[in-house]
Formats: sequence, structure tokens, C-alpha cells
Amino acid sequence: MNYAIIGNGPSAISAMRAIREVDLRSKLTVISDEPYLNYSRPLISYLLSKRIEKDKMVYCPEDFYKENQVQLILNKKANKLDIKKKNITLSNRQIIPFDKLLIATGGAPIIPEVKGRDLFGVFTFTKLQDAEEIARYIRYNKVKEAVVVGGGLIGLKAAEALIELKIKVTIVELADRILSTTFDKNASSIIERALEKVGGKLLINNTIVEIKSKDKKASEVVLRDKRRIRAELVIVAIGVRPEIELVKGTPIKTNKGILVDNFMQTSIKDIYAAGDCCEAKDLLLGISRPIAIWPVATSQGKVAGYNMAGVKKEYSGSFTMNSMELCGIPTISVGQTYPERKGYEVLEHFDKDKPIYKRIVLRDNRIVGAIFVGEIERAGIYTGLIKDRVDTESFKEYLLKEDFGLIILPKEYRKHLVTGAGIEV
Amino acid sequence: MAKRPPPTEFIIERDDEKCIACQVCVRMCSNDVHSYDAQTDTVFSDSGKCVGCHFCETICPTGAITIGRNPSEFKLNANWNAQVIKNIIKQAETGGVLLTGMGCDKPYPIYWDHIVLNASQVTNPSIDPLREPMELCTYIGRKPDKLEIDYSKKEPQLKTKLNPQLKLETPILFSAMSYGSISLNACKSLARAAGEIGTFYNTGEGGLHKELYKYSPNTIVQVASGRFGVHKEYLEAGAAIEIKIGQGAKPGIGGHLPGEKVSEEISSTRMIPQGTDALSPAPHHDIYSIEDLKQLIYALKEATRYNKPVGVKIAAVHNVAPIVSGIVRAGADFVAIDGIRGGTGAAPTVVRDNVGIPIELAIAVVDQRLREEGIRNQASIIAAGGLRNSADVIKAIALGADAVYIGTAALVAMGCSLCQSCYTGKCNWGIATQDPYLTKRLNPDIATQRLVNLLRAWSLEIKEMLGGMGINAIESLRGNREQLRGVGLSDTDLKLLGIKPAGEAW
Amino acid sequence: MKKIKNQISKIKNSGYKAKLKRIIIREEYCMGCRLCEVYCLVQHSRTKNIIKAYKGEYPKPQPRLIVEEKGQISFALQCRHCEDAPCLEACITGAMYRDEKTGAILCEENKCVGCWMCIMVCPFGVIDRNREGKKVISKCDLCIGEEIPVCVKNCPNEAIVYEEKK
Repeated sequence: MNYAIIGNGPSAISAMRAIREVDLRSKLTVISDEPYLNYSRPLISYLLSKRIEKDKMVYCPEDFYKENQVQLILNKKANKLDIKKKNITLSNRQIIPFDKLLIATGGAPIIPEVKGRDLFGVFTFTKLQDAEEIARYIRYNKVKEAVVVGGGLIGLKAAEALIELKIKVTIVELADRILSTTFDKNASSIIERALEKVGGKLLINNTIVEIKSKDKKASEVVLRDKRRIRAELVIVAIGVRPEIELVKGTPIKTNKGILVDNFMQTSIKDIYAAGDCCEAKDLLLGISRPIAIWPVATSQGKVAGYNMAGVKKEYSGSFTMNSMELCGIPTISVGQTYPERKGYEVLEHFDKDKPIYKRIVLRDNRIVGAIFVGEIERAGIYTGLIKDRVDTESFKEYLLKEDFGLIILPKEYRKHLVTGAGIEV
Repeated sequence: MAKRPPPTEFIIERDDEKCIACQVCVRMCSNDVHSYDAQTDTVFSDSGKCVGCHFCETICPTGAITIGRNPSEFKLNANWNAQVIKNIIKQAETGGVLLTGMGCDKPYPIYWDHIVLNASQVTNPSIDPLREPMELCTYIGRKPDKLEIDYSKKEPQLKTKLNPQLKLETPILFSAMSYGSISLNACKSLARAAGEIGTFYNTGEGGLHKELYKYSPNTIVQVASGRFGVHKEYLEAGAAIEIKIGQGAKPGIGGHLPGEKVSEEISSTRMIPQGTDALSPAPHHDIYSIEDLKQLIYALKEATRYNKPVGVKIAAVHNVAPIVSGIVRAGADFVAIDGIRGGTGAAPTVVRDNVGIPIELAIAVVDQRLREEGIRNQASIIAAGGLRNSADVIKAIALGADAVYIGTAALVAMGCSLCQSCYTGKCNWGIATQDPYLTKRLNPDIATQRLVNLLRAWSLEIKEMLGGMGINAIESLRGNREQLRGVGLSDTDLKLLGIKPAGEAW
Repeated sequence: MKKIKNQISKIKNSGYKAKLKRIIIREEYCMGCRLCEVYCLVQHSRTKNIIKAYKGEYPKPQPRLIVEEKGQISFALQCRHCEDAPCLEACITGAMYRDEKTGAILCEENKCVGCWMCIMVCPFGVIDRNREGKKVISKCDLCIGEEIPVCVKNCPNEAIVYEEKK
């Protein structure tokens, strides 16, 4: 049996671990188009702000590959995928055959169609290389003012890093608030205030239409409302999309991402996909869609790996979840946090002074979404309640109380919370 | 000054260097003695509320708490001691009957401590209990007057039909403690321990909780004057039935369960309304003479088809000897006699401390009287009332008892510290309470193990003492007054106990 | 040679799974005294001395378990060291790992960056942020190094016990 994995991110490594748990003998090749052993992409903002060193970003130690006979091919891109012959052609013309393949190519940044996007000083912010290049650019050009386009997770993390490097940052966001895909107005307002306190400037309901240059380098941006802002550095972070370039032209079915079934297999037998590049079951929305989140990627990779190695495991589905600390304020958001349709019930607790914000969204007495800002204790219990679709009618009034815990849950649920894997409480 | 707060008995001494303000004592005291002041981050104690149960002292992780006696003294007065004065103050305040729990605490002479045992030296050598078999097995029930054996067949056959007996692996049983006065967890522990050791426990007058039915083979069910919880299944469940006429703690009056302790479960087990005091009437209202008692005994025997021993429990009073004689002749298979030191969950203090006689004298005179009348074999005698250790047990048997009941000792094994506040229902140890928050504290697994340990330890000690006397079966010690001597007792005491003074040989 | 090494490793791994001891909670015996919390705090303090830990250490050490209390029910809740631990999957730095010998889930503080992903996914909510000034997580470590976790050792009523998983 010949296993091949294209990609070396969390879903790929998770799959690698799963395969090796079951099958210690078959050949396993992992192909990465980056030169690094492996690294955690969410940490690149800490690398940029110098909070951590590069070697701290490795999350799967080198001896794992050695001890488990995994052939790791670095710095080579998979250019062609031959479904019939069952092989991959790499950028150096090397051909890798496979019996079972996992496509874990991750996501790619969305680049807007604005004039000036190819200038020096305009960057996206998804890979380690981006962080290193930005750092070098800042040092070399003594950057003092920057513009971050996009007030989502990546944009804000980038902005936080730049502020820590003592750069004046303006964030330009299209929606009426930052983190518009996961936060409601109250939650966003807390973070917005915190950003302003550390010197960040926020422009909402706005976007850039052009990046102007001076000496071929980015010097200012032009906004939709015709205003201009000085920008020696522009980071574009308006979103990511699944990286599915490889499968274009193949019979593998795609939508926004590669479509997979409940066993993470694509429309082609023996070819699997996991992580940011695929579309898998969303538990809450009942449809398939890409969910580009680390724990979702690792669990998808694990399921894919088991199935590739012959152990049938069904993917239980997942939903959006994010944990991010900004300007010292921890935040967690899970599930559908602000559905716009009718039929949803919302419970809120907002303390502007501390600041603490908690929001629970329910439908038919079942939690479908939650936001925590400032105080994130026990947040995971809510995640579990969403996942298990627990009927909260009997204890709804306690959901936002300070002493919320397992003890307010019905005894039967509490006693068998994690069947088989955990210990009865 | 007309109003006066009740006098403080205990003073809480807190070592400030050791106190870490962890607040365990604050959380655990059911009398709200300790409280925490967040401003100063200190714990302080209101000693006036302390009943001296020692729970906080035991559980404090740094040993910062000591329970001391209130050093505040009244002027020395041999007649009007502090306790007497405080009692009057309380009664002047409330106009009520002073209640208390556990057994008589007055300094009446303890005869056990004036009786010493024999040991073999030179003649009739000692037996080593670790190397030779020792028989502690005891049978409770009516023994036949004579045995008729049929030798006609190959194997000799016993012709005499034997009355039903209770088999005990050790001559110690758990005394009657009602479900209501103690918690269900405590009852479970007694039942399980009785099963593990091979002895019996007594339901007391609280009826039998449905969760305890599985321990039936080791249960003695009690039929008391209130007839609480007495129905068909109850009588069937017992391995023996005990008619309670009286108890040592309060001879002449009936049982008392304060309303605070009558929870929903108690109410359904005892078949009484929730929250009301459960007062057993003083007499059984269908027993006004010895003939009535005989009628009840035989009614119970008929109802249970003569399958189990039916006995009677009385308090040790002045005329205990003729009373027991009458009871035996009335058909009782065993008679339990409870001395003045017997414990209770709630009793008027004045009755507990002044009514009844010590069990040591009672056993001796009863045993003597029954032997004189030639009816000693017709009923087993069980001694009860403040037996504290294996020496008391062995002395009781030597004085004439077949077995002993232990009540207070069993509670102490489970955690009780004899603070005598059982009637409040706030027992911190989870024993004498029905408050579910407090009863959790008594883990039946742990309590059962402790009771088993206690009985096992006492049984081993009894074997040691028996072996020392050159006896290898408890049966040989029964009523064997020759093995006892009195120390510092008057001639009358010696005569009543039927023992010689120490120093005198055979 | 490699084949044998792999097979030994597999046997070793399956062997430890059979002897795992975990903390079992019996809420019917919990008195709510919180001695477990006291001793957990002491165990994870610098001085490991109960009086110094409470009176002398600053910042105050953090206990790794949560005592939940409501009405008459209470129990001590600590990390379940799950077989299928979601926190292991959610950790973005690889700081969360499983100890080979005991199967316990531990966090290497040097690698933790305080992203709080594990807090987000733990269905028991037993992971907390470090309150002693470090941007890392704080959770039960099964008292690695001790024979028996100190919370179990010091529970006066055996409301938590340390037993092999059934």
C-alpha cells in the first residue's frame, strides 16, 4: 500500500498520525511546497511581532517522521495529478505514485482586483514566508505607517503584530464592524475600543479602490469615499479560499472546495481531501462548506487518515469555531453567532466596564452559537452542547450565570458526557 | 436583666499562624460557627454556637483549630456545679423540657472498671489464639430443656426439635438505632457491616427503609410502642423480631424523633406525617400486663409461623430480675436488657441521667435469678448500655449475658464524637441527621469498613483474653463468674454481681 | 530490525492502555469541603508547603481543578485525560501532548502561546487560563510524578477515587 499526502499542514499531519497508528509498514510520502519541517500558520503574527522564535512554531517534532518512516519531500509543488495512472508530478518532474491519496493543500488568500496590488510593500498574510518578508520590508524601509485591508481574524492579528512593532495601523473593513462573520455588534465594539486604545485606527463600511506608489513601492491607499491614507505597507487580508488549483481539469468534483463524503473521500475512489481545501459537513447548517479552522482540519485529517488505512470512521461534522486574543482580551466564538432569520432566541450579558460579553443563540431550545469576550471560562462546555444538540429548556436560565458548569446540566447527560473516551462524572 | 443568652460551653481556639483561611471549616459547620470576612481575609468563630462535635478540628488541613472548654468558671460549688446552673438558665429561658442525645454522662460508678479478669498461670495453661481454634460463635434463641437422641440408626439422630436460633460469628450485635434518629447511610453501613462479620443489626423503631430489605438475613426488626413501619413485609424481613418495651436511656417513656428529622422518606418509612414529631407512646397500648405481652409474643410467632426468634427489649430498672423472669415465662426467645448508660437520639436529660440502673448489676441479678428458677436456657440474654470495649463485652458475658448490643461504640466508630446534639438533626458527621447535605458526609463504604474493623478488633481481643484464661470457646465463659474478681467494690456490690473480691481464691 | 522495533512499540502502546488509572468522581459522597482544591493548589505552588503557599506566595498559586456546587450537589472536576482528547487536536503549537507512561494529557508551558483553542473545545470546560501572570493554560496534570493525585489522596470521604478504567 502506497500512501501519499499533498500538503504538510494540520490536516496532513493528523492524517499521517492516524495512518501510522494503524499501518506501520506501508510507504507514506508527504509532499510540501514549503521548505519548513512543519509549522503552525496561526502563529505567524507572533513571529512578525517577535513574540516567538521560528523554531517554536514547529508542532510535530522531526523524530516523528524518522521513527514512523515518513518520507517528507519539502519545497516541491505538486503540479499535476493523474487520476487514471494514480500518480502526482512534482515541480522537479519527480513522479510520486500512490494507491491512496490525501489532498490537503489548505487555503489561499483572496486577492482583490485593485490597481497596485502587485507593488512592493503589498502583502498577503497566510504563510510563514509572508511574515518573514513583511518583517524584512519593515526593517529595510523603516515602515512607520501601514494599512490593513480586512477586519477579519487574519487582518486583526496582522494589525496587532504591527502595533506591537510600534507602527501606526489603519484597518479598513467593508462591513459595519470588525470580525463581521463571527461577531455581533456588541462583541465587535469591545475589540474595536481596545484597538483604538492601543493606537489602531478603524475605518468601517469602507474599502480600498487603489494602491498608489512612490518609487515603485506602496505609499498610500485610496478609499471608496475618495479619501487617501498614507500606507508604506499594505497587508491584504480579506479572506481565504480553498486551494484547489491542483484538481482543476480532473474529474474530482468541487464547489468552492473539494467535495467529500462522510468518510472524507472525494468523488474519486481512493482520493481523499481534508482541511481548508475541502468542503465537508457543517453540523449546524446541514450543508457542506469549507470551514477553515485548525481543530476542524485536524479532525478531518484524522478521519481521512483512518479511512485511507482501512479503518472505517465516519466524520461527525463540524461548525465554525474561533479562539483569538486581541489586545489582551480573550475571545471565543462558536457556531451560528448572529443568524439573521427568524426563529432564533438570543441570550445576552454585556458588562461594558469590565468588559465582558456573553451571547448564546438558540433555536428550538438548542444552542447553535455562542460568543465570549473578556471571560472565556468553561466555553468548551457550550461547544459540547452545540455538538450534541442538547435540549436546554430545563436549564436555559442558568446558561449565562457565573457559576455555569456541568452541574446545571441534566444528570444523565453529565454522567455520560464523553461516552467511552472520558470518565463518568 | 431578664434575658440571658445561653451559656457558652466550648471555646474555639484558632492558631492564626496556621490558619490559611481556606474556609473549609466555614463551609462544613452545620451550626454556622465559623465565618469568613473577605475584607480582612480572615476566618473568625462564634464559639457560642459550637456544640463540640470536632468536625472542623478533624478536617482542618493545617490543624489550626482546637476545641477547648470555656474556661469561664462559676464560683466553685460542689452542690451547684456549672451544668446544673446552666440547665436552670436554659429552662428559665424556654420553659421547655431539656432534651439531649446519647447516653447518661453522669459519674455513676462504672462497674466494668471495678471488675478484673483471670488468666492462667501454671495450672490450666493458656491457649494461644493464633495457633489454636477459638470459638466465638454464639446462638441467640430458646435452648431446649434436654436433648433426646435417637441411637437406633447408623448415625445418631437428634430427636428434639430445636427452636429457631440466630447464629452470630461473634457475640456482638449492633443495637437498635432507628432510621430517623440516624441517617440512611448510617443504617446501610450497620447492615452491611453486620452482613460482612456475620452478626445482626437492629432496625429500632423506625421501620425498615426499602433499600435495606436486601440485608434482611442480618436484620432484627423491632416492634415498638408506636408500631412505626410495622406491616407484613416488615415482619417477614427480619431474621428475628424484638418487642421494645423500654430502652436504657429513657425507661418508662417512649421514643422521640423531633419533627426536624422527619423528612419525606422518614415519613413514608414510618408511615407518619412529614415534619411532625414522632412520639412513641410510653406503654404499648395493647400491653397492660404480662399476659398481654405473652399474647403479643405469640401473635408475632404465629404471624411468622414460628420461623424466627421473638424477643423482648426492656430497660434495666429496679425489679429487672422478676420482670425478666416473667418475660421469659411469657415465651420470649431472647431478652435484651438496656442499662442506664444506653444511648438515644433524643430524650429528656433528666430521665436519661436519673432513671434506670447500671447494666452490670442488671445482668448479674437476672442471670442469677433465671438460673435459680431453672429457666435460664429458655431465653438468651443480650446486654446493652454503654459497653465501650472488648473488656466490657467479655465481662458482660462472664456475668451471664449470651451476647451484647453496641450502639454508642458503633456510632463512634463511624465518626461520632459524642457531642450529644443528635436531637437537633444537624449532625456534622452525617450520622444523626436527615439533611441530605449532611448525610452525604457518611460514605457507607468507609463507614462499613470502620465498623467491620471495630468488630474484628474486638473479636481478636476477646480471643486473646479467652486464651489467656485457658478457655477456647465463649460458651465456657458464659455466666462463669469464677473468672471475675471485684476491685474496690463494697460487699453488697460483690454479692449482687455474684463475684469474689480480688485476692480471694476459689 | 525496524519491523521488530515497530512491533514492540505497538505492544508497548497497547499495554499502557490497559493499565490506565483515572480519577473517578462519585458526586453522591462529595461534601463540598473543597479540601481537594486546597491540596491541588499546594501541589502546584512553588514551595509545596500549605502555609507558605497560602500566606507567602505571590501571585497566589492556582488549583487545577474546579469544584462545582449547586444546592446540595457538588463535585470536584478535573481534566478527564480523555482517550479521544479534543484538546490534543486543537492545539496549534503541539504544546499539548500525551504522557507515554500514564496516558495523561499534559501541556508543555514553554510551547504554549495562550491561543485558548483547547479551552474552546474541551467539553468539560476543565482548562483555564493561567491566572498567575503567564499567557499559558492551566489544567490538571494527574499529579505526574506522585503516586496518587493529591486531590484523591486528601478527599476525606472518598468522593474521588483513583482507579483503573473499566
